[in-house]
Amino acid sequence: MPQRADAAALSYRDCVSAKIKCLRYYRQQKKRVSRDRVSLLFMGDNDMISQLTSTERQYALVILVLMSLCGLVMAAGGRGDPLGVHGFVVLAFSVGLAFVLISGFYAPQPDPEQQTQYYDDPTKVGIALTMAWAVFGMFFGVWVASLLAWPDLTFDQAWSSFGRMRPVHTTGVIFGFGGNALIATSFHVLQRTSRARLSDQLSPWFVLFGFNLFCVLAVSGYFMGITQSKEYAEPEWYADIWLVIVWIVYFAIYLRTLARRKEPHIYVANWYYMAFILVVAVLHIVNNLAVPISFGSAKSYSLFSGVQDAMTQWWYGHNAVAFFLTAGFLGMMYYYLPKHAGRPIYSYRLSIISFWGITFFYMWAGSHHLHYTALPQWVQTLGMSFSAMLLVPSWASAGNALATLNGAWHKVRDDATLRFMMVAAVFYGIATFEGSFMAMRPVNALSHYTDWTVGHVHAGTLGWNSMIVFGAFYALVPWLWKRESMYSPKLVEVHFWLALAGAVVYVFAMWNSGIIQGLMWRTYTENGVLAYSFLDSVEAMHPYYIARAFGGLLFLTGTIICSYNIWMTVRAGKALATDNDAEGDIPVFARNAVQAGE
Amino acid sequence: MGIEHDTLVAISKSWGLFYLIALAIAATAYALWPSNAKRFEHAKNSILDDDDKPLK
Repeated sequence: MPQRADAAALSYRDCVSAKIKCLRYYRQQKKRVSRDRVSLLFMGDNDMISQLTSTERQYALVILVLMSLCGLVMAAGGRGDPLGVHGFVVLAFSVGLAFVLISGFYAPQPDPEQQTQYYDDPTKVGIALTMAWAVFGMFFGVWVASLLAWPDLTFDQAWSSFGRMRPVHTTGVIFGFGGNALIATSFHVLQRTSRARLSDQLSPWFVLFGFNLFCVLAVSGYFMGITQSKEYAEPEWYADIWLVIVWIVYFAIYLRTLARRKEPHIYVANWYYMAFILVVAVLHIVNNLAVPISFGSAKSYSLFSGVQDAMTQWWYGHNAVAFFLTAGFLGMMYYYLPKHAGRPIYSYRLSIISFWGITFFYMWAGSHHLHYTALPQWVQTLGMSFSAMLLVPSWASAGNALATLNGAWHKVRDDATLRFMMVAAVFYGIATFEGSFMAMRPVNALSHYTDWTVGHVHAGTLGWNSMIVFGAFYALVPWLWKRESMYSPKLVEVHFWLALAGAVVYVFAMWNSGIIQGLMWRTYTENGVLAYSFLDSVEAMHPYYIARAFGGLLFLTGTIICSYNIWMTVRAGKALATDNDAEGDIPVFARNAVQAGE
Repeated sequence: MGIEHDTLVAISKSWGLFYLIALAIAATAYALWPSNAKRFEHAKNSILDDDDKPLK
C-alpha cells in the first residue's frame, strides 16, 4: 500500500523536523532568557520596534515629542496645582516611551513579507497591560472591600480613604482591565474577521499607549484627590480631552481596516466592537462637557446642573455599562466562543436582531438610576420600560451563546477555557435579568442605595466581563505566541474554580446584605417610626462585608494565577511545531484538523 | 428653557414610538430577508476557517 508508506514516511519526516525545531527552540530559549524579561514578554520572535517602518518610527518620535511638550506646558501652567503633577506624569510617560523607541530607532527596516501577515504586536502588549491592570484594580477592590469591614485599614492616609480608593478600583478594573482587554481583542478579531491586516502599524500603538496614559492620569489623580465626582467619569477635563483624541484614532483604525476587508460581510462581532467605540465616544463627550476654572487648574465645573446633570450622568453611566461592559464584550463572545468551540454561532440572524435591540433600547434605560428623584415621573417610567424590554435582546444573546454550545457539553466539561466562556454567558443572562428586575420602580425602592446594587454590578463584572476575558485570553495567548497550549492547563482549571467561587461568594454576600439593608431601612414600628437606625443596618452588614472581601480575595488570587500562567506560557511554553514558520500562526484548537499521517 | 416638558412628552409618545417600531421592523426584515441568508451562513462559518493569514 504505497499510500500508507507515504504517510509513514511523512510522519517520520515530521518527527525529525519536530526534533530539529525543538532543539532550535531550546537554543532560542536559552538566548532569550539572557535578554530583558520585559521585552521578552512583549516580543514574539522579532523586536517590536524593528517591525515599524522608519517613517512610522519618525512619526512616533514626533508624537512623543509633542506629548512631552504638552506635559511640560501642563507642568509649567499648573504649578502649585495637581495639574502640574499630571504634567510631569505626561512628561515621564512620553519620555519613557521615547527612550524605548530610540533604542530601536536605527534597527534595520522590516521585512516587507510581514505585510502578508496579521499585525499582533499591539494585541500582545495589550494582553500584558490588561493583566497588570487586572491585578492592580482587583487588589484595590479587595482593599476597599476590607475597608468596609475594618475601617482602620486606611492607616490614616488621605490617599487611602474610601472615597479615593473606590474610583481607583472601579477605574482600574473597568477601564484598565476591561478597556485594555477590549482594545487588545478588538485588534485581533477585526483582522481575523476582515481577513485584512490592520490599516497601519503606528495608530494601534497610539491608541493602546494613549488609553493607558488616560488610565494612569485617572488613577493617579484620584490618589491626589482630583475628581469631577461623576461616577465612572471621574477624570478631569484635560484627561477627558486626551481620551477623545485617542478614541477618534481608535474608531479610524476600525473604519480603515474594515475598508480593506476581504470578506464581503462584516462579521457581527465587529458591529458590537464598533458600537462600543462609537457610542462610548458620544457618551464621553456629552457627559464631560465642562468648563475648567482656569487652564492652569485641574478643577472644572460641569455644563449641566441639578437634575439635568444627574440625568446626563446616568444616561452616560448606564450606557457605559451597555456599551463599554456589554457591547464590546459581546463582540468578544461572538468571536472567541464559536471559534474555540469549533462551532458556528447558533443563530446568526438572532445575533443581528439582538444587536439592534441592545444598541437602541439601552440608550433610554439610564433614568432607572434616578427613580423617586426630582426627575420627571415619565422619564423614570421611560427608563423602566426600556429596561424591561432589554431583557429580550439580552437573553437572545445569552441564549445564542449557550445554544452554540449545545451538543458540545463534553468539551465544556473537559476544557476550562470553554467553561469560562460558558459561565460568562450564564452570568450575563443572570445579570441582565436581575438588572431589568431592579429597574422596576417598586423593586428599586427596596434595592436602591443598598448593597444589592453592588452585588448586581459584580455579577456582571466578575461573572460576565472577567470570565469572558479570561476565556478569550486562554484561547488567544497560545494562538498569538504560537504555543501548543497554556503553560499549565491545571492552573487554568484552578483559576476557573477560584473565579467562580469568588464571584458566587461575593454576589451572595451582597444579595443578603443588600436585601437586609433595604428591609431594615423600611421597617416601621407600630408607632410609625423607623425600627432601626442607620447605624443598626451598618452593624448588621459586618459579616457580609467580611464574606465579600473574602470572595474578592479568591477572585484576585485566580487573576494572579492567570497572570503567572500567561507569563510562563510566553516565556517557557512549548512552541508549536509546524512545517513552515511563516504559516505557524494557526489557532491551537484547530490544529488537530490538519495533522499529517492521519 | 426652550423646550417645554409637554413637548418632549408628546414627541416621545408619538415619534419616539413610531421610530422604534420602524427600526424593529427594519432590523427583523434585514435579519430574516431570504436573500441575506447565504451571506450570513458564509459569515458565521468563515470565522472557523483555520487559515490565519490576511487574504491577498
